[in-house]
Amino acid sequence: MNSSVIVFPGSNCDRDIAVALEKLQFKNKMVWHKDASLPKSDLIVIPGGFSYGDYLRSGAIAGKSNILNEVIKAANNGCLILGICNGFQILTETGLLKGVLLRNKNLKFLGKDIHVKVINIENKFCNKYKKNQILKLNIAHNEGNYFTDNDHLKELEDKNLIPFKYCDENGNINQENNPNGSLNNIAGVFNDKKNILGMMPHPERMVDKIISNNDGVNLFTSLLN
Amino acid sequence: MKFSIKVTLKKDVLDPQGKVVQQTLQNMGMDTLKTLRQGKYFEIDINENDEVKATNKIELMCSKLLVNLIIENYEISKI
Repeated sequence: MNSSVIVFPGSNCDRDIAVALEKLQFKNKMVWHKDASLPKSDLIVIPGGFSYGDYLRSGAIAGKSNILNEVIKAANNGCLILGICNGFQILTETGLLKGVLLRNKNLKFLGKDIHVKVINIENKFCNKYKKNQILKLNIAHNEGNYFTDNDHLKELEDKNLIPFKYCDENGNINQENNPNGSLNNIAGVFNDKKNILGMMPHPERMVDKIISNNDGVNLFTSLLN
Repeated sequence: MKFSIKVTLKKDVLDPQGKVVQQTLQNMGMDTLKTLRQGKYFEIDINENDEVKATNKIELMCSKLLVNLIIENYEISKI
């Protein structure tokens, strides 16, 4: 499977995701944001970081870059798109995903391991997980508080477009284990066709037992499935 | 031609930064302070002589980049 990782000034998880993809047998290419075209890609990843220093709003400037026009075209043609952390913020700024990531409710930058529950496994990204499986993943963000209007929130729930929700280690989903104030404990969302996934936790940091755990591996192997 | 743009958070959107600033002012003794919301302000100088044309261009700048219409409102004024 061919993957591309888009690199912006200020991206800082681009190497991590490339290592994870290559470890799991993707043929990966790095793509600079000023490039005018994309290599042949089955999967495009928009990595975490602080593109353009989070100027204006997180992801706002990167969302208008040259290469994003190509990413939008590819996404509309059904290419798989994964936005992690700042990548999720960029996807919402382009409109590929609805909603917005607001400042964390407690105003603090959060860098820690948290738990999420896998809510929906009937999609390209999560089919190797078990339904309601609890994953320990890492978050590192200042703006991860997912917000959208009531109609869209209802649509997300009704159409099962929320693959991951924050929970405690036993899988309880409530405000106490909502790290950033996200509506309904949302940690990630799909577009309608489920070919675009945006998520705040970092699965690429969880692909090696030596430094963390393997809870992120199945997200990538699902895509190969 | 110069314009100013005031960007504010919509009513129902949480403004944690504004809240902290508000609490700080209240802690400083400003006890009649009721609410405080934080926003953004832009000043734009544009090479246009026609005000309608210029305003249309500023509108476009707002909707395409400067403002996230899901959470923010904006107000354009000529200065």
